[in-house]
Amino acid sequence: MDIFAQQLVNGLVLGSIYALVALGYTMVYGILELINFAHGEVTMIGAMVALTVIGVLAGVAPDLPGVLVVLGGILVAIPACMLLAFGIEKIAYRPLRKAPRLAPLITAIGVSIILQNLAMLIWGRQYVSFPEILPTTKFEVFGAHISLLQIAIVVLALTIMACLWLLVERTRLGRAMRATAQSREVAELMGVNVDRVISATFIIGAAIAAIAGVMVSAYYGLAHYYMGFMLGLKAFSAAVLGGIGNIAGAMLGGLLLGVIEALGAGYIGDITGGFLGSHYQDVFAFFVLIGVLVFRPSGLLGERVANRA
Amino acid sequence: MSTASLLQVSCVTKRFGGLAALEEVSLDVRAGEIYGLIGPNGAGKTTLFNCMTGLYSLTSGAVKLAGAPLQGLKPHQIVKCGFARTFQNIRLFANMTALENVMVGRHPRSRAGILGAVLRGRGTRAEEADIRDQARSLMDYVGLHNKGRTLAGHLAYGDQRRLEIARALATEPKLLALDEPVAGMNPSERRQMGELFLRLRAGGVTLLLIEHDVKLVMGLCDRVAVLDYGRKIAEGDAASVQRDAAVIAAYLGSTPVGAAPT
Ligand SMILES: Nc1ncnc2c1ncn2[C@@H]1O[C@H](COP(=O)(O)OP(=O)(O)O)[C@@H](O)[C@H]1O
Ligand SMILES: [Mg+2]
Repeated sequence: MDIFAQQLVNGLVLGSIYALVALGYTMVYGILELINFAHGEVTMIGAMVALTVIGVLAGVAPDLPGVLVVLGGILVAIPACMLLAFGIEKIAYRPLRKAPRLAPLITAIGVSIILQNLAMLIWGRQYVSFPEILPTTKFEVFGAHISLLQIAIVVLALTIMACLWLLVERTRLGRAMRATAQSREVAELMGVNVDRVISATFIIGAAIAAIAGVMVSAYYGLAHYYMGFMLGLKAFSAAVLGGIGNIAGAMLGGLLLGVIEALGAGYIGDITGGFLGSHYQDVFAFFVLIGVLVFRPSGLLGERVANRA
Repeated sequence: MSTASLLQVSCVTKRFGGLAALEEVSLDVRAGEIYGLIGPNGAGKTTLFNCMTGLYSLTSGAVKLAGAPLQGLKPHQIVKCGFARTFQNIRLFANMTALENVMVGRHPRSRAGILGAVLRGRGTRAEEADIRDQARSLMDYVGLHNKGRTLAGHLAYGDQRRLEIARALATEPKLLALDEPVAGMNPSERRQMGELFLRLRAGGVTLLLIEHDVKLVMGLCDRVAVLDYGRKIAEGDAASVQRDAAVIAAYLGSTPVGAAPT
């Protein structure tokens, strides 16, 4: 087995999930200049809701193909997360629209703590495992093992990104989102209902996060009330890497971060002479975050973030 | 010309802390006219626009468009009532193409929402095509031919001013409020803009025009009001305002109107 090829594949899979979550951070930041720290938790809730539905479905209809069961989970998780994000924006952030920027930021952290604890109360502290219902077919390509699930994750993620791109660039709503991101005031004076655009932004980000949540839990085979924290931080790092506020940047940053992390984890043992093992994988996201903030605060594709942040 | 009143501004006062930027200002703009609003810098003209378009809340007073009260409405609702504006300091969506800027202006007159955006059914696609066509013809109307793909921020200065007008027109206004639309333009550009305003009026749009160029104002406007230190000090047809002693004192110092810088 070729470690490089294998880690590249793993990195791309993980990276496409990071990219999906990063999109939610970057879209909200683009419009509100708010780092919605609760977004990682929305992803977690998506995974939890989907797992619950999947568990029930697999119980009552054991003959149903696994793919359909998972699809059922996703189809419930998406509206659940959309509703959640809609509520969070409306209740927690909207009243603070005109407050100093620190206020909504702290609120976002508060919301994420509330959601974590809520999830703990509902689903408990233990890991919730993803039932083994998906096909485990593997292929070998260039010395790397690639599972059907990995292929499905990457293909689905890329499809979602392409759709989002079309939505933002080619639809009335997308235009309103871009206009609002450039100037909320002027957009409103051109007849854009900015509140509605902001709600739509949260809702779209949450729908994507729900799918990402299911992907992570399917990939690792488990979900946990605390999983949104690390996932959120990494996705946020990915968004910053790409240039926060920039949609293409979030996609690029996510993929790149996944690859950096996987390659780092693959070689960290060699580099440190065995002193650090691959469980230090998480550290790379933060090296990247610090590196970007020090050397290129506007991110890879970002422009004028410096005077925004 | 119709003499029905389109915009009624009644006793509008706007204070910023202790400063009264507008003091009991009343205006009555009739449908189909070009109404000029002049006055020295800091007189409160832009503030009046901001108050009417919902950007600022009034300290007191009322604004009505075609009989419907505007105060208390959000800016996007006011646009939908038929009140559009441009900005003294150009405020385009600089990172969007010129055409897209105008397409944003179609927003209040189109419908597709999040479902339409995701599903993109036939109705949504037809609407999108309409928006694009209408935006294109508005670009042509204001004289921006073949500039649709240029980023708004990369357009020449005069073209940016035109684009702002096209974007505002896209909202299908009854009343178009223009805040110093020819500022920084050369005489020939100014003449072209003047012609555009006349065409707009002929097309049924009422214009409220803030302008420093006295010659342009006097040549175009059916009626003129003069603001000074937040108060309306004169109102009437161009010729009578031009002769008004208070106007000459406040706005033009002691120089006669004809010699005012343009
Ligand atoms: N948002 C604001 N806060 C405080 N003062 C303001 C604000 N907007 C305008 N002003 C003040 O109101 C007065 C009128 O300004 P403005 O309406 O811009 O004048 P004009 O457009 O006639 O040149 C000025 O003294 C200005 O400083
Ligand atoms: Mg002004």
